[in-house]
Amino acid sequence: MTAADLKLRIAQSQGLLIAIAVFALMFTLYISNHPAGLTVPVLTTAANKAVLLALVAMAQTLPVLTGGLDLSVGMVFVMTNCLASTLVSGNPLEVAAGIVVVLLAGALAGFVNGAIVVYGRLQPIITTLATGAVYYGIALLLRPVPGGDVQEDLADFMTYTVVEVVPTSLVLLLAVVLLIWLPFRNSVVGRGCYAVGSSEGAAYMSGVTVDRSRLAAYTLAGLLAGIAGLMLTFVTFSGEASAPIGGTYTLNSIAAVVIGGTSLYGGAGGAIGSIFGAFILRTIDDLLFVFDLPPLWQPLFQGVVLLGAVSLGAARVFRIKNRLELFN
Amino acid sequence: MNDLRAPTRQGVLGDEASGAAAPYWQMHGITKRYGGVVALDGVDFACEPGEIHAVLGENGAGKSTLIKIAAGVVTPTEGRLLLQGREVRFAGPQDANAAGIVCIFQELSLLPDLTVADNICMTAPPGRWGFINHRAQRRRAEALLARVGCADVNPLELVKNLPLSRRQMVEIAKALGRGPRMLILDEATSALTAADVDKVYGILRDLRRDGLAILYISHRMHEIKELADTCSVFRNGRHIETFAKGARSDNEIVHLMIGREYTQVYPAKPARPAAPAPALTVDKLSWGHRLNNVSLTVGKGEIVGLGGLDGQGQRELLLALFGVLRGVTGEIAIDGKPGKPGSPRAAKSERIRMALIPEDRKSEGLLLPMSVRDNISMASITRFTQGLGGIFIDRERQNARIDEVVRQLAIKVGDTESPVANLSGGNQQKVVIAKWLMTEARIILLNDPTRGIDVGTKQEIYQLLRELADAGTAILFYTTDYDELIGCCDRVSIMYDGGIVRELRGSDINEENIVSSALNIAMESVPPAAETAT
Repeated sequence: MTAADLKLRIAQSQGLLIAIAVFALMFTLYISNHPAGLTVPVLTTAANKAVLLALVAMAQTLPVLTGGLDLSVGMVFVMTNCLASTLVSGNPLEVAAGIVVVLLAGALAGFVNGAIVVYGRLQPIITTLATGAVYYGIALLLRPVPGGDVQEDLADFMTYTVVEVVPTSLVLLLAVVLLIWLPFRNSVVGRGCYAVGSSEGAAYMSGVTVDRSRLAAYTLAGLLAGIAGLMLTFVTFSGEASAPIGGTYTLNSIAAVVIGGTSLYGGAGGAIGSIFGAFILRTIDDLLFVFDLPPLWQPLFQGVVLLGAVSLGAARVFRIKNRLELFN
Repeated sequence: MNDLRAPTRQGVLGDEASGAAAPYWQMHGITKRYGGVVALDGVDFACEPGEIHAVLGENGAGKSTLIKIAAGVVTPTEGRLLLQGREVRFAGPQDANAAGIVCIFQELSLLPDLTVADNICMTAPPGRWGFINHRAQRRRAEALLARVGCADVNPLELVKNLPLSRRQMVEIAKALGRGPRMLILDEATSALTAADVDKVYGILRDLRRDGLAILYISHRMHEIKELADTCSVFRNGRHIETFAKGARSDNEIVHLMIGREYTQVYPAKPARPAAPAPALTVDKLSWGHRLNNVSLTVGKGEIVGLGGLDGQGQRELLLALFGVLRGVTGEIAIDGKPGKPGSPRAAKSERIRMALIPEDRKSEGLLLPMSVRDNISMASITRFTQGLGGIFIDRERQNARIDEVVRQLAIKVGDTESPVANLSGGNQQKVVIAKWLMTEARIILLNDPTRGIDVGTKQEIYQLLRELADAGTAILFYTTDYDELIGCCDRVSIMYDGGIVRELRGSDINEENIVSSALNIAMESVPPAAETAT
């Protein structure tokens, strides 16, 4: 790779690089002010909390890349949590089957979203607002009151560490990136998602399979939200049909996507950025803790960080020469 | 060069045996209707391998519908499509691509947020099992870019960061990468530099030698003379004539392209012994590459037409005058006093009192869900205020004036409180005009105001424009309909490539002069644009 290529790559992943830098700064600040410093338990606790939002944010990234939005990711997350709290227990075979069913349920929820958006020609926002309510309703039916169970050894393993150093949740996140995100990004369908988000008309004219790409994006979003729901079950050892959790995760996932450098217009960005966006949002919480600030300040800081991230993306406005284009 | 094409395709002369004597591509009795509008009317058309076939016609002659049908973007209402003698049906662009028909559209089909390499290898990237081999993709992109003489473009660059001329070359590279057997170019050289155009000519000649069928749509007569083997002329959705290169002179071609009767009635133009006092004076207006030193004047009570082919800067000129564009250089004077509006709000202010009737009434002219009354009053609210320094609207005074304008324009509306979306196209356009009449504008700019409206309303609009002019309003009237330039306008300025190439007046305003000026070819009867327009 030549120097010119490197320059281009850096320019094109500016949003991601900024997110990584901001996170590194915040996390260093957190660790250096933490009474215990950088220890495995501190890291594991931070990772377990952050990975949940990171997975939901990855899920949100895919519909956003196609120029859409998925307001149901948080509800799929909650629904699969409730499902996992009833299915993922018993002997190893039952546990394995339970996990498969939970993930399939997530993917199916996403597929339904995609099918309505693609074949019903409905707007993604309103579609997923409606289906999100449906998925929350299913979660309530599954788990009218908080409770349930999950296979304890597995849950312990997933929320502690691999070889006593690396948090298992981070390994899971890495596996998702390597086994799902990167192959998808490098596939024809995945590039179709970027194409659709960049310019649907031009994508169609270029012979891109627009419908298939969209459908894949929403389905994969459901699957990723399902993985997050499963992980939530391991963290909490139970299931809860909680509307606040679903709502908060949905909104924070959108914020994480934007902070991670993905354009809400679609076509540019990626799930890696969203992971760091999620990490940044989570670290705000931890920073307030180590500096002894009241946790009530958290929403305020989250809002400021989000505004800052969006402002970076809005700089293009200064280059526009035809004012009518400001409104497009 | 075969290795550059998508792997699924054989060479360009693939199954020659099955083609036998049938032309490569045939269209039989093709008709395309959009609602009541007939875009193509029983067209027969054929294209042979190894030839460059130019398609000529005015705006709205049916050229773009023709190529959209061939490219699988539009399905014909009636008629048959034959590929090498076999009937085909295209459900979408993919089908046409698979059949070897590749189109380079005027509106580029590139994806701005993706890299050049991604774009060039969009649908059939190298790789296995649906995964993309980025290294191979890059090599293919580099080879194709080199072929079109753009080795300087980095395949990793995002398309949106390239200048328009480079994008157009990337578009051509992308098309070549699909291994076409019929290549359609729709105004594909409009944004290219002279050096690039030469390269494209060279490539097209190579492809012709390789046996490709090439359909070439261009408004540039000299390009057609240089490249085409065969020319087909279209007019009003009909295929008029196909002839070999050199069989017709420029003048004959222009006549073939026009050849229609006047169907509209225009109010009489007033005799004008002396030039009127200028209301709007434009001096050397430029904006990026889209407007180049445009100078013109519109006198009080004068209707000045803006002509030329679509997209030669007419729209940009009107937007620049109305203060929509940033970074416009040059001077604009109102009644002889400098006064370049900085925004539409400034343009309609008491000092300037300019109005723009926009091209797309649905997005730029109307607030569709709001009532007819609200729409009509939208631009002139500040003229009807009262109390506390004018923060409230004087409904009574305003409604009286609205009713007056509705009567004046004969807007057919049952209830002025009903949403404007319920009105017919012609009445909607009248509402847009009414909105600006309310401001008592002294200068009215019109951007193709009669597009898509019925003949009756058109005539009412012509009548209205003349009445406004007689009352002293200065009118600058862009239209794609040559009849209107001839029938309505006291003077006509023809734009080409962002500048005014000719000014026509009096009896010089006729179809021959307008069409030949629009194509920027010299005809003996046309005097060059007057240097100092009055």
